[in-house]
Amino acid sequence: MKFVDEFRDSDLVKAGLSEIHRLVTRKWTIMEICGGQTHAILQYGLDELLPPEVELVHGPGCPVCVTSLELIDKALAIAALPNVIFTSYGDMLRVPGSQQDLFAIRAAGGQVRVVYSPLDAVRIAQQNPDKEVVFFAIGFETTAPANVVSVLQAKALGLKNFSVLVSQVCVPPAMHAILGSPNNRVQGFLAAGHVCTVMGYWEYPPIAQKYGVPIIVTGFEPLDLVQGLLMTVCQLEKGQVEVQNAYPRAVSFEGNQAAQAMIQRVYEPCDRNWRGIGPIPMSGWGLREEFADFNAERRFQVGHIQTQESTICIAGQILQGLKKPLQCPVFGALCTPEKPLGATMVSSEGACAAYYRYARNPLFPLSLSEGRVA
Amino acid sequence: MCLGVPGKIIEIYDAGGLRMGKVDFGGVTSETCLAALPEAKVGDYTIVHAGFALNLLSEEEAQATLDTLRELALFEEGMDNDITLSS
Repeated sequence: MKFVDEFRDSDLVKAGLSEIHRLVTRKWTIMEICGGQTHAILQYGLDELLPPEVELVHGPGCPVCVTSLELIDKALAIAALPNVIFTSYGDMLRVPGSQQDLFAIRAAGGQVRVVYSPLDAVRIAQQNPDKEVVFFAIGFETTAPANVVSVLQAKALGLKNFSVLVSQVCVPPAMHAILGSPNNRVQGFLAAGHVCTVMGYWEYPPIAQKYGVPIIVTGFEPLDLVQGLLMTVCQLEKGQVEVQNAYPRAVSFEGNQAAQAMIQRVYEPCDRNWRGIGPIPMSGWGLREEFADFNAERRFQVGHIQTQESTICIAGQILQGLKKPLQCPVFGALCTPEKPLGATMVSSEGACAAYYRYARNPLFPLSLSEGRVA
Repeated sequence: MCLGVPGKIIEIYDAGGLRMGKVDFGGVTSETCLAALPEAKVGDYTIVHAGFALNLLSEEEAQATLDTLRELALFEEGMDNDITLSS
């Protein structure tokens, strides 16, 4: 498959890894901000193929993981209402709320449907005019164009029964929060490739300069990840602080301006509460007043929500790159993908789920020489 | 957040005022919204996430990335050969 197979060429991956081994002279801590990158790194075993001096820490780039507990509980309250069809991306279904998850609401008779695209939710609203259809619009900048187009399309079609529960978050404020923290150990950043296909990377040079950290826009295939890591290590070894693009086939400096214009039309910046991290000012997007009719939080007054996080789950520390999943005392035991205590064990982009899935299990240690569990 | 898949646009049409396309992901075709790509043509490759095309893929840039790593691979091979010869 074009644009995929060539970027999985194992000889080229090995050449890139050899170069990293050759260049590195001291310890470096690099963060990949995107959960999709975390999964790809673990799936291909790249973390184990890097020299021991390079430590990868995993960032909060998992929108399912950082959606605030309060919003999850609101989603559950709305989904439980009798006349509502609640639609969402698939991996939200098992994310634990204070008491339960969307899956449990469905089991109890609530109408909860998984959709691949927000436009499917609009279609459901058209097909069910007597029901209230709500779409859980989560995501980083990557899903923003699709999420806003669903609102624009619903408006164009004159739908009165469609609304969105928005939990849109942005990457640059998260990077500021991580790099600005007194506990920060991150010295280099792999920026999220598909966020950047939409937004470009014009937001990053001020961040690189402010914190003295090289930032490399990186893709998701093994070759892309190795190329991104190589460019990062190269800059770190030379003491450079620049923004580079290791994913030029999909990302340009200015990004997709048509998509950015659509986003600006429907969304405006707002404060967001990041689960496990806390409030980050101006770190997300919300619906403009003009689109208030489509705002599920306004349409459904679900009352005061009292949230209750698990006392054992350390997802917050994992999302900030302060701890690794294997340092969690209940990883793989009390907390598994079937019975998750936190969102990071649920999501296809969560670090804990990645470690569990790709057999980084302390009960069953694997080295590369012993082979991989599929 | 970032699970985008490359695909080839094989058809473009309008559906209820929305610019849509049929995209081929190596055998599987899927209805994809092209609202963010007004300049896309049939035959272009794009990166798709949640049924939405995010940006066009540049063949030239893809080639440039591969060429950089191929040069590196040759360099590495050359170094290994030198080591073998001198020992």
